Amino acid sequence: MAGDTHAPAAAEGTRKQAATRALADVPRVPGAKKPDPVIVADGVVRRFGGLTAVSVEHVEIQRGAITALIGPNGAGKTTFFNLLTGFDRPDEGQWSFDGTDLARVPAHKVARRGMVRTFQLTKALSRLTVLQNMLLGASGQKGESLLRAAFAGIWRSQEKANTERALELLGRFKLDTKASDFAGSLSGGQRKLLEMARALMSDPQVVMLDEPMAGVNPALTQSLLGHVKDLREQGMTVLFVEHDMDMVRDISDWVVVMAQGKVVAEGPPDSVMADPAVIEAYLGGHHDVSLSDDSAAAELEKTVEAEVEAEIAADEHEKGRHQS
Amino acid sequence: MDIGSILSNALAAAIGLDTIIYALAALGLNIQFGYAGLLNFGQAAFVAIGSYGIASMVTIAGLPFGVGIVVGLLASVLFALLLGIPTLRLRADYLAIATIAASEVVRLLARSNSLGAYTGGSNGLTGFAEGFYDLNPFPAGTYGFGPFQNNERTTWIFLVGWVLVALVALATWAIMRSPWGRVLKGIREDEDAVRALGKNVYAYKMQALVLGGLVGTLSGFVFSLGRAAVQPDNYATAFTFFTYTVLLLGGAARVLGPVVGAAIFWVVLSLTDGLLRGAIAAGWVPDGLMTTTQVGQVRFMLVGLALMLLMIYRPQGIFGDRRELALDGR
Repeated sequence: MAGDTHAPAAAEGTRKQAATRALADVPRVPGAKKPDPVIVADGVVRRFGGLTAVSVEHVEIQRGAITALIGPNGAGKTTFFNLLTGFDRPDEGQWSFDGTDLARVPAHKVARRGMVRTFQLTKALSRLTVLQNMLLGASGQKGESLLRAAFAGIWRSQEKANTERALELLGRFKLDTKASDFAGSLSGGQRKLLEMARALMSDPQVVMLDEPMAGVNPALTQSLLGHVKDLREQGMTVLFVEHDMDMVRDISDWVVVMAQGKVVAEGPPDSVMADPAVIEAYLGGHHDVSLSDDSAAAELEKTVEAEVEAEIAADEHEKGRHQS
Repeated sequence: MDIGSILSNALAAAIGLDTIIYALAALGLNIQFGYAGLLNFGQAAFVAIGSYGIASMVTIAGLPFGVGIVVGLLASVLFALLLGIPTLRLRADYLAIATIAASEVVRLLARSNSLGAYTGGSNGLTGFAEGFYDLNPFPAGTYGFGPFQNNERTTWIFLVGWVLVALVALATWAIMRSPWGRVLKGIREDEDAVRALGKNVYAYKMQALVLGGLVGTLSGFVFSLGRAAVQPDNYATAFTFFTYTVLLLGGAARVLGPVVGAAIFWVVLSLTDGLLRGAIAAGWVPDGLMTTTQVGQVRFMLVGLALMLLMIYRPQGIFGDRRELALDGR
């Protein structure tokens, strides 16, 4: 049990040790029970036509830990992410967040309950200033109701408090000098930072990052990694999708591996990367078949073609969804 | 060519009835398109609903003109909900398709024979404005100075119209500087991002659609009362496109953009009209090139040309912030 979630701002690394300790005895099998899960998903299925993009039997995310969700392209990671955060609807399945049912709850309500996400393609609102972006992230704003909007007296003091908090967060992310610039003028990495800072404005319990390192200048990588670790030190749960294995190894306490929509392995980073199921998922199940045998090669070609087609179909569906 | 009267007409157009009508319609469109990014191509329908709200209630039903105002406003809210409920959850283009079609449906219904008993068919309706002019505090006479001289009726509708424009502009300023306005601008940029921050995007878009539609309906009141007549073909798609022209001319997402845009639009139209007619009358333009009957069309071509040049050299409109527009969203 991560018993010290209520401890005052802990020294660097304390919560990492707590998370490691809590997860030490968890069996390294897909769907393993965690001592203190914040998210529990059961039988989540999402089909796109004939293709089953996600079919997760059971998965639990440990509170206060950094969990990585990895897997080859087309494994269904982002789709699963979209399902959990209400941006897509499942065909079947249930999941709960902090004990309350969250399946089929619209995206904005998911965020209000304390589960905030970022996107693979950063969504900095480019024609708003950096500060306005931040203020948009604050929750429970009185002035966001149309009836009260016209009367500045009602929301001015809250706005001031939010602005102070926003500037403090921007300071932490080293964006305070950019506060009055349009977000569109930031670099790719700065936009990622802004998106993360903006998500923190609402004091979320769970932060879900979809490929936080994609397209980030290597010089900013270390600082971004530091910020993600920092989230854990402040008692937040982090779930992230990532391709960069060095990053996964560096910061995650637990790794969930998906392939073809299913969870195929779970465990701490080191043990997961040695798991044969994971190697198979990444390199394919055919890497030990000899290609000199003609009949075997022909058969292999067929299966590979079928898989590629399925993947293309999934990709196209995904693209279609993004455009919509 | 009488340059003096051409200029005086152009100046009068700056505060004229058309300017008020289009300023109000564009102020409504600014809330929808400028701030929330909603592609409403049916603003003409909201204006028509306001116009027919008064005309039908007074002329056909014989009710007082205040009832017409209330009916117009309620019908406009209903129309916005009807358009918004099925389309606002979908991609932005669906709203554009639905609104342009619905706006033509409204116009064609108004001019149809079967509804002629309620709308006056293609002839429209008259004789409904007296209730409004009975409230006129100005005694008979001429008011104003220089090019801005009008009789008591015109002065009254101008006064009411400009007060409405001022109030709507003030209200727009007040709500757009609030956190509510910030959410709207966020939705214009990327609604998924705003959704991920816990805002009910659908509700905000609906509020913007209804609010902009109501302002369009106010424009309809001024339209019908100012002309003391309604005619269905005044509310064709061209009205909506001119409203977009006015909005882009002045600068979208700026409080006073629509007002300045409307004034410029009508001054330029009046000026080109006067100059072309004068030039033809003076024999400077050969008959084979253009006759006075073609002036009406040609001046719109010139406005189109001016709009193109504006979009190329000043895409942000008169008031817009170039930096803001220069940023590439994705």
